[in-house]
Amino acid sequence: MKARVYVMLKTGVLDPQGEAVRHALGTLGFDGVQGVRQGKLIELDLADGTDEATIAQMCDKLLANTVIESYRIEVL
Amino acid sequence: MRAAVVVFPGSNCDRDMAVALRAAGADVTMVWHKDASLPDGVDLVAIPGGFSFGDYLRCGAIAAQSPICRAVVAHAGRGGYVLGVCNGFQVLTETGLLPGALMRNAGLKFICKTVDLVVQTADTAFTAGYQAGQAIRLPVAHHDGNYTVDPDTLARLQGDDRIAFCYAQPLNGSVADIAGLVSDNRRVLGMMPHPERAVDAGHGGTDGQALFRELVAQVVAA
Repeated sequence: MKARVYVMLKTGVLDPQGEAVRHALGTLGFDGVQGVRQGKLIELDLADGTDEATIAQMCDKLLANTVIESYRIEVL
Repeated sequence: MRAAVVVFPGSNCDRDMAVALRAAGADVTMVWHKDASLPDGVDLVAIPGGFSFGDYLRCGAIAAQSPICRAVVAHAGRGGYVLGVCNGFQVLTETGLLPGALMRNAGLKFICKTVDLVVQTADTAFTAGYQAGQAIRLPVAHHDGNYTVDPDTLARLQGDDRIAFCYAQPLNGSVADIAGLVSDNRRVLGMMPHPERAVDAGHGGTDGQALFRELVAQVVAA
């Protein structure tokens, strides 16, 4: 089985990289880009039957720093 | 005083750290990240700067899960001293020994220069060689030194006098210009500036000497 974990900076945490990307899009002439947030997508190849609680533990212990990041799990 | 300097793949300030500690009189052993225990009788563990595990995932994240870091957390739990500099500070926040997180510098640039700092407290074994309010200069060299913490924790850090060093001028976006802080029991210090790169006149400054000298003196006396 496969799962995807999306890791994003929490709302309210300033994302300087997203802000730089937003600025660059403006420079390229793409008007109206009001915000860019940059995150990570992690694909996991897992033993069949791995439950979502186990994936959540992986996120809490390593994949995300929950001080500044939130995550979302998508089991495929 | 017995000190251990942790070496990860990608550490690059480990030998500088050992030289600075030895110059201050410490007996230093290097320990490898795969070691599951620290040498007997270690008083201080120093986690050096560098790019442990290539900064993969997040700076310090993989190092924080290494076997030696479990031993370092246990050492801190017993009231042992821990000094984390630069990547070492990032590792300490990733292990949870220090609160908050170190994010990409607000200006997105790697900053490599000597900066003015203000010592915030002399009430730690690490900073007893300075006076609160003293201006010192130490080198910084980091891409991810933008210290972030929630407002409640920041208020607690300030109220408990746990901020050790601040940048004299805004540098990297850090909350309250924080450059270094100590744990609740004041025995774990994390800091982005490099005191070990300022212990010899040949470095261009010796403002880091007092940190190592007093730390060794206080731990020997304890």
